[in-house]
Amino acid sequence: MSIDAPDFPIRAELPETPKKVEEQDERFIEVKDYSFFYGKKQVLSNLSFDIPERQVTAFIGPSGCGKSTLLRSFNRLNELVENSWQTGDIRIQGESIFSKNLDVISLRRRAGMIFQKSNPFPKTVYENVVYGLKVAGIRKKAVLDEIVERSLKGAALWDEVKDYLHENAHSLSGGQQQRLCIARVIATEPQILLLDEPCSALDPIATGKIEELIHELKKRFTVLIVTHNMQQAARVSDRTAFFYEGKLVEYRNTEDIFLNPMNPRTEAYVSGRFG
Amino acid sequence: MSGVSDFIARPRTIGETWVWLTGMGLVAALVMIIGLFGFICYRGVIVFWPTTIVELELSQEAQERFGLPEKIAGRYLGESPRVAWPSTVDEMRPGGGLPEKKYFIGNEESYGSRFGAFTSDEVVARTKPLNLLVAERLEFGEAFLYPVEIKLSNGGAISADSPDFLTLFREELNQINQRRKAIQRLEKVQIGQISWRIEKLRTEERGIRRKGEPVSSSDAARLERIEEELSGLENRYRVFALEARSLRELQGASHLVYRLPHGELDEISLDKVNRVYAPNRLNLWQKVRLYVESLHLFLTESPRESNTAGGIFPAIFGTFVMTVLMSAAVLPFGVIAALYLHEYARQGPLVRLVRISVLNLAGVPSIVFGVFGLGFFVYFIGGGIDSLFFSERLPTATFGTGGIFWASLTLALMTVPVVIVATEEALAAVPAGLREASYACGASKWQTTVRVLIPGSLPGILTGLILAMARGAGEVAPLMLVGVVKLAPSLPINLVPPFIHLDRKFMHLGFHIYDLGFQSPNAEAALPMVFASTVLLILLVVVLNIGAILLRNHLRRKYTTDTF
Ligand SMILES: Nc1ncnc2c1ncn2[C@@H]1O[C@H](COP(=O)(O)OP(=O)(O)OP(=O)(O)O)[C@@H](O)[C@H]1O
Ligand SMILES: [Mg+2]
Repeated sequence: MSIDAPDFPIRAELPETPKKVEEQDERFIEVKDYSFFYGKKQVLSNLSFDIPERQVTAFIGPSGCGKSTLLRSFNRLNELVENSWQTGDIRIQGESIFSKNLDVISLRRRAGMIFQKSNPFPKTVYENVVYGLKVAGIRKKAVLDEIVERSLKGAALWDEVKDYLHENAHSLSGGQQQRLCIARVIATEPQILLLDEPCSALDPIATGKIEELIHELKKRFTVLIVTHNMQQAARVSDRTAFFYEGKLVEYRNTEDIFLNPMNPRTEAYVSGRFG
Repeated sequence: MSGVSDFIARPRTIGETWVWLTGMGLVAALVMIIGLFGFICYRGVIVFWPTTIVELELSQEAQERFGLPEKIAGRYLGESPRVAWPSTVDEMRPGGGLPEKKYFIGNEESYGSRFGAFTSDEVVARTKPLNLLVAERLEFGEAFLYPVEIKLSNGGAISADSPDFLTLFREELNQINQRRKAIQRLEKVQIGQISWRIEKLRTEERGIRRKGEPVSSSDAARLERIEEELSGLENRYRVFALEARSLRELQGASHLVYRLPHGELDEISLDKVNRVYAPNRLNLWQKVRLYVESLHLFLTESPRESNTAGGIFPAIFGTFVMTVLMSAAVLPFGVIAALYLHEYARQGPLVRLVRISVLNLAGVPSIVFGVFGLGFFVYFIGGGIDSLFFSERLPTATFGTGGIFWASLTLALMTVPVVIVATEEALAAVPAGLREASYACGASKWQTTVRVLIPGSLPGILTGLILAMARGAGEVAPLMLVGVVKLAPSLPINLVPPFIHLDRKFMHLGFHIYDLGFQSPNAEAALPMVFASTVLLILLVVVLNIGAILLRNHLRRKYTTDTF
């Protein structure tokens, strides 16, 4: 399960090309000439590309090339880093996420994030799932109960935890915790899911479960996933973007990028010759 | 079979040669702590153990030398060489350098002193009389005596020769003690409540009159009603006072007639006796019971005879209330300050400077905080409150004088750096992932703080509070300036409205120890109380800390943050 296995059977694991639904928006997210800086250090330079609605888009690239930074730009989580700034624009459904009249809290509710290291709160399973709802001011028990069940089912976790809803979330296994984090995010009904290496700390079985889940999730959400695992990118994504030192090198259908990479760097990377 | 093989069998880890030194350091520290603690505990715990009382027959010289009668009774305390310096300018003290046995001889009003120390040739005979009684009195300490009879209030008498004399004596004493408590309740609670109401009405009346002429009609009506209520209250006051007086008269009616060891007859009102027992006739079980009883009295009674006898309940209570008040003040104050410093303030040279100042505040001598508390809390804020809200009572200060509230605030100020530092560390230790998760769920900064950061750092915050309490509860110097007294007439929380008297002066175990041991004119008699109080102060701090530690462990289990 790592990139230094050069000749893995890509074709066999590629997903079927998704049937295009009528109202699917090809330019759901638009990144326009976007650059990002931590202080004086430029991490992303002049990115411009579009992300389609309700598909899985994978970000790949060597460590430190800025994938996480880009992902965290979509929900403006980078703002928490002092002295960080950006130029250019990112638009979701045509609306700039940096515009003055956009409320960052509602943006974060629209673009939920799952982190590399699962980070459930040290509270009960139930409290974890309803966290986003409670901070949004939803208090009705019946509503919360229903959403908890729906979200946990959506994260394929319901059957495993339905009897432990009021146990501490930290008593779950690593894979269950990660799915709990997914449940916590989808409870607030976002449009976009931002997954930053969601499986890097999990074993193959747990990884398989999450990958299956991503297949389910893309029916309802636009999924952006950062991964170091080429097979995973090949298995779960429809489009793949390859980044190198903060620049977008190649961005095409996953099948194309793995089978006929146009850029020699992309080829070297996806075939595992550097990383 | 030596040399090389030995060397190989016990290889020495190179570079670990000085480990024993660190071990020695630890052992030395432990020995000192355990030694000190053990000594204090031993001396504190044996204070109430009943010991035998011996009767001494003194030699002629000794009687003249010490001005004592030929026979006295005493409790043996210990032996040490007699100090040889001259007692007057031209005469060396006889027996200087010889070992002398020290006794507590009681009967202070007859002998003029509570202690005596005699060399072996000053004592002619030592006996252990079985019918000797120890009487704990409310004044002049213990008396060692032989009972003759009890004269009862109804004119009857109980002779000391009757077989159940001691039982009857105790019953009579019990009755009198109950009555004394009833009188106290009557005076303190019932009469106290009435005086409080009277005081309030008078204050209001004064306030209205101060407005000057002409009196408006509503004010006039109010004055009239106050007048009416006052006369009603005064009537009730008179009734209670009368009841108290009649009870008091009953108190003085029975007397104990007794004989001192040298034969002199005397008489004491039973109202002046707290407890009696026959020290030389006790079996182990009775001794244990007596011990537990003494301990109970010590913990629940008020002090008597300038604190050298009786209990120390007001001091325990004062220390406890002050520590709790201090915690209640220091916790929110410190946590809020740390939250701002760590979460909201823009990190930079200014914040660094503030942080260093806070750290240094922890090193400022406590007396400086006492002076600051006196100037700022008592005179400035307290004086301000008085002139704003209690101007009718002036010039009598209400809050403009030391009290438990100001003392608690002063200590809170002194210990706040500890809480700030601990809270900042705890906040920094909350995993960054939790913070990000909260923001990513759409929580605002405040919601993240309240729902994730504070719960996550509570165990650390409580550790800070434990340290603050440990420092605050044992502190004495600043308290002397802002409200502690050696004898407070009433508790800061009691049954007299408004029940919580935060403006009151209070007693404190630490100050009690200092006052008893080093300020008391009768330091020798106070010594056992010093040890017992010290043990209690240590226990109180330990109990408060254990409570906080249990709470912290509970929270830690609840908010465990380690993943995988
Ligand atoms: N908070 C920060 N402050 C300053 N520089 C940062 C910060 N976070 C990331 N960087 C820098 O930005 C660059 C890109 O980091 P980023 O985390 O986006 O890389 P990545 O592609 O996600 O790497 P990886 O695959 O290892 O997760 C790195 O050079 C990193 O050192
Ligand atoms: Mg990353």
